[in-house]
Amino acid sequence: MKALFFIAVFAAIAIGFWQVAKIFGLTKKDQVATKKENNINGWLMLGLLAFVHGLLLYCMIAYGDVLLPHLSASSEGEHIDTLFVVTFVLILIVQLITQILIFYFSFKYRGNIDRQATFYADSHKLEMIWTSVPAVVLTALVLYGIWTWNKVMDVSEQDNPLYIEVYAKQFQWEARYAGADNALGEANVRNIKGINTMGVDMNDKNATDDITVRELHLPKGRKVVFQFRSQDVLHSAYMPHFRAQMNCVPGMKTHFGFTPSVTTEEMRKNEDIVAKVNGINKIREAKSKELVAAGEDALEPYEFDYLLLCNKICGSSHYNMQMKIIVEEEADFNKWLKSQKTLVQLIN
Amino acid sequence: MSHHKETFVTKYIFSQDHKMISKQYLITGIIMGVIGGFMSMLFRLQLAYPEQHFTIIEAFLGKGGEGGQMTPDMYMGLVTIHGTIMVFFVLTAGLSGTFSNLLIPYQIGARDMASGFLNMISYWLFFLSSVIMVASIFVHTGMASAGWTIYPPLSALPQAMSGSGLGMDMWLISMAIFIAASLLGSLNYIVTILNLRTKGMKMTRLPLTIWAFLITAIIGLVSFPVLLSAALLLIFDRSFGTSFYLSDIFIQGEVLHYQGGSPILFEHLFWFLGHPEVYIILLPALGITSEVISTNARKPIFGYRAMIGSMLAIAFLSTIVWGHHMFVTGMNPFLGSVFTFTTLLIAIPSAVKAFNYITTLWKGNLQFNTGMLFSIGMVSVFISGGLTGLILGDSALDINVHDTLFVVAHFHLVMGISALLGMFAGVYHWFPKMYGRMMNKNLGYVHFWITIVAAYGVFFPMHFTGLAGLPRRYFSNTAFPLFDDLLPINQVITMFALIGGTAQLIFLGNFFISIFKGKKAVENPWRSNTLEWTTPIEHFHGNWYGDIPEVHRWAYDYSKVDGNGNPYEEDFTPQNVPIREGEEEF
Repeated sequence: MKALFFIAVFAAIAIGFWQVAKIFGLTKKDQVATKKENNINGWLMLGLLAFVHGLLLYCMIAYGDVLLPHLSASSEGEHIDTLFVVTFVLILIVQLITQILIFYFSFKYRGNIDRQATFYADSHKLEMIWTSVPAVVLTALVLYGIWTWNKVMDVSEQDNPLYIEVYAKQFQWEARYAGADNALGEANVRNIKGINTMGVDMNDKNATDDITVRELHLPKGRKVVFQFRSQDVLHSAYMPHFRAQMNCVPGMKTHFGFTPSVTTEEMRKNEDIVAKVNGINKIREAKSKELVAAGEDALEPYEFDYLLLCNKICGSSHYNMQMKIIVEEEADFNKWLKSQKTLVQLIN
Repeated sequence: MSHHKETFVTKYIFSQDHKMISKQYLITGIIMGVIGGFMSMLFRLQLAYPEQHFTIIEAFLGKGGEGGQMTPDMYMGLVTIHGTIMVFFVLTAGLSGTFSNLLIPYQIGARDMASGFLNMISYWLFFLSSVIMVASIFVHTGMASAGWTIYPPLSALPQAMSGSGLGMDMWLISMAIFIAASLLGSLNYIVTILNLRTKGMKMTRLPLTIWAFLITAIIGLVSFPVLLSAALLLIFDRSFGTSFYLSDIFIQGEVLHYQGGSPILFEHLFWFLGHPEVYIILLPALGITSEVISTNARKPIFGYRAMIGSMLAIAFLSTIVWGHHMFVTGMNPFLGSVFTFTTLLIAIPSAVKAFNYITTLWKGNLQFNTGMLFSIGMVSVFISGGLTGLILGDSALDINVHDTLFVVAHFHLVMGISALLGMFAGVYHWFPKMYGRMMNKNLGYVHFWITIVAAYGVFFPMHFTGLAGLPRRYFSNTAFPLFDDLLPINQVITMFALIGGTAQLIFLGNFFISIFKGKKAVENPWRSNTLEWTTPIEHFHGNWYGDIPEVHRWAYDYSKVDGNGNPYEEDFTPQNVPIREGEEEF
């Protein structure tokens, strides 16, 4: 069967080549573009301009609802979003101007034997303009970008942040809260044993009240500083709704911080999210119908939750390595944290 | 000139003639391109239809595609080898190897490369590395699958994924040989350009293609050895128990002995080549485009000196921006600021180049030969893809799109597709010089229009899946519901990819049939100025009968007018034509 399939495919390709070769033998035509072909291709250039920007417009309208919500779930993320919008608008303007020029010129100056091209090889004035204008615009963009970067990457202690460790391994996330002393105990993979899956050093005083969990809870309005570790290969903790990402590097601690600003409950009511969830549920309903028809269980309706995704290739199940994040009011968060057992309690 | 009797072996296999070596590079590059491109078709099917069964997947992937559905391991192997083949074997060796070898001796007026023997060795090392890379696809434990960037520890530990066994060893050996081939080539190009120019061929009269190849060779010489050292250290870590990149690892229930190394070191070494590599790919394509656009616009390239200056600026900057691939690896945030600054600086020389191309089109007399269409497409795609670099190069914005499909869309447009279009432009333009025949123009038109529409159709929508937060290298976007709604976009992308991929068959047919059946070419079919068009159509070692022509002018005297503003008889003046009476040299 397989052999037949291959023979059929190769035969089809061979016949195709043979036919084309026959046509080649027949053409006497010169293989240089004629006036007529210049004309057709010139018009097609205008068509391409329309296609490219029609496609862009279509994508922006049709796929607008699958994008991340305009609302960042962290207050630092708002700076990133503003910078993004500014950059994106700038890009769109430059894209439109340059592409229109390229394709319009291609159309307007399409070859014609009756006309000669203009010998125009250099202009210092023009060169100066298109060196200095981008230079000025980019300087502004760089300064704005670096200002934002410094704001986002600030993990200093002055805001009394909450310290949480996020721990990655093939193909699972874990997290550790610093407990009452707000200081994480030391840890190393050499301490991994039984229930102490994160290798916490149980002799470290700071570790006595550490709490390990499989689901991340964050308080709204308080700065959270994450410490990231990995036990095997590179992973990346990607929390797109918070505009947050940091790699987890074996043998090294990395850090990232943000202040959650929208609780899970609030985000579920956000109109972007409502639209996205409705879209997903429509797909799931259709799928459920097929499943039921095949005698299987229907899918549960989808409800929005923040996720922490793995975003650095890490092995076969890289695509399915995530942890739920729940943002709640500080009082609820404290209640939840209190109800968790410390690692010491779990071990004993 | 030596006139030994040439045997089949010395003429077609172990040839030292730059023209034959150029064809060998091109054909090997095309074969590798077919393999790499076909892989992308398969994994695009998986992304669009994760639950469907395809006979073609089972037929080609065997155990990795049992029942017509590919396994996650197979998926990652395919994306890894697709990336490796396309970046190194097609767009580095296939593009640079073909056109540097063909055009450097021709356009500077030399009888061959400085060392024909090194040139031959360079090709055969490249061939050997291609064979090893292709063979690695078939090993029992699977091909290398840690991504084309092969970050350790994933690539260092066979326990971490099955592709990190023999497949990875072969990948590393293949790349080490590839780098040796590339270095020999680069040395040869630089020495030839600097020493073997014909009389009158000053550096300021060189065609931009040659400038591009020279700068490319220099970047390659500076950065490829660093990748070689990165690969060697990785081989040590894998096979001899050293800890350059590894530390504190617990995997499959046991602690490994490695201590004190850092994967970040590998990333620095890798990207010190990896970023300049983008320009190693892109500059030859830009050089080809400059030449083809100028010839077919019947106009001098606008801002010749600015074009050289911006290529030099790009080359210099390209070696100090590698950190923008590492904004979220945990390196010092201050370094992030520095790399943001240097990265966005590259936009300035790139903008200069883009505007110069546009001005070259202005008031031209554009001859839409196939090469010209691909060149215009290249400029368009280069801008569309380059602009999103302003987002990725900005550290703060990179946080949220890093390693998503937004990155994939960006680099495929700006370096993948644009270099590929540049390569096609070169093939269509210099085919008559390589084979003495013309490629069929109508098939060329069909090839171009389908390709450009498909390229935009694939990569514009892909930006949106990235902005929606979908990470790259995900085997499926439906394992959990968050990205379920991206499936229709993935299907659109796959549809365009299949159309675009199929259209390449038109090119293959046109190319191979034209070699034997194409219409016989005249000496200078595009009425071009550069020296290669003064050589006879038939090939022989030495390029010119009699003396090598002397050069009297730059390569871009198209549509020049005399002192009174009257055009000369022909709208082009080849480089070997002496300055006419009363004419000013530009």
